[in-house]
Amino acid sequence: MEQDWIWGLVGGGLIGLGGAVYLLGNGRIMGASGIIGGLVDASGKDTAKERLAFLAGVILLPVLLMPLYDTPISTHVTDNWLVIIAAGLLVGVGTRIANGCTSGHGVCGISRFSLRGIVSTVFYILAGGIAVVLFRHILGVI
Amino acid sequence: MRIVIALLSGGLFGAGLFVSGMTDTRKVQGWLDVLGNWDPTLAFVMGGAIIPMVIAWQLTRGRRPLVGGSFPAPTDPLLDRKLILGSTLFGAGWGLAGLCPGPSIASLSYGGIGGVIFVLAMIAGMLVAPPLRARLDSVGAAA
Repeated sequence: MEQDWIWGLVGGGLIGLGGAVYLLGNGRIMGASGIIGGLVDASGKDTAKERLAFLAGVILLPVLLMPLYDTPISTHVTDNWLVIIAAGLLVGVGTRIANGCTSGHGVCGISRFSLRGIVSTVFYILAGGIAVVLFRHILGVI
Repeated sequence: MRIVIALLSGGLFGAGLFVSGMTDTRKVQGWLDVLGNWDPTLAFVMGGAIIPMVIAWQLTRGRRPLVGGSFPAPTDPLLDRKLILGSTLFGAGWGLAGLCPGPSIASLSYGGIGGVIFVLAMIAGMLVAPPLRARLDSVGAAA
């Protein structure tokens, strides 16, 4: 447990490195919701191949790293499908209306001192905190 | 070349999400839950990710991307209702399940049926976003 922050820092560094490679290499902002969303609504069909290659890398590396861990890794996601569906819908629609998520507005936006990125991050963290407190401590759903 | 760079970038992103524990919804919700047993990990992940990106943005000055073209122009500092409303909806979903777009994809191989359902619902949400966005724009223009 006390090593968690070190792995957080290491993992964060890898995430930032991924963003740096995407930016300096392809000249694009590494935002997960934008990369997925551009495929979903076909707005990014001209760059579909690099979007798919990016997502393949995202899926593949955890598969390759998994055997190095003694204990199986789990997302511990709730088994309440209603909660999962509601959350997925909110994340999908919200990130595409706001034009970014934790990686685009958060990591890539804050690092260029973008006001939009900073404001977005403040709002999704506040909303996330309120959602957890409301649905966990008050309603007891999650 | 663009494909190789994208694959490498995605690999680094996926590896980072995996080793940092950010595909574990308990750690994400643990960070958001200020009334519970608070887990600080997410702050370290964010900090660790922002540092290389600050350097990367500095390196874009006076340069061109490796594959040519140009870097994304600085964003218009426009704080519109789409940014606020969208971020709030996203945050609510993020807190509810503890998943955001990156980790939901990174954990597809081991997130079980719940993870797959989340991704499908997220895609459905992304499909309804464009008309909603257009509506918010037209309402804004009329006001």
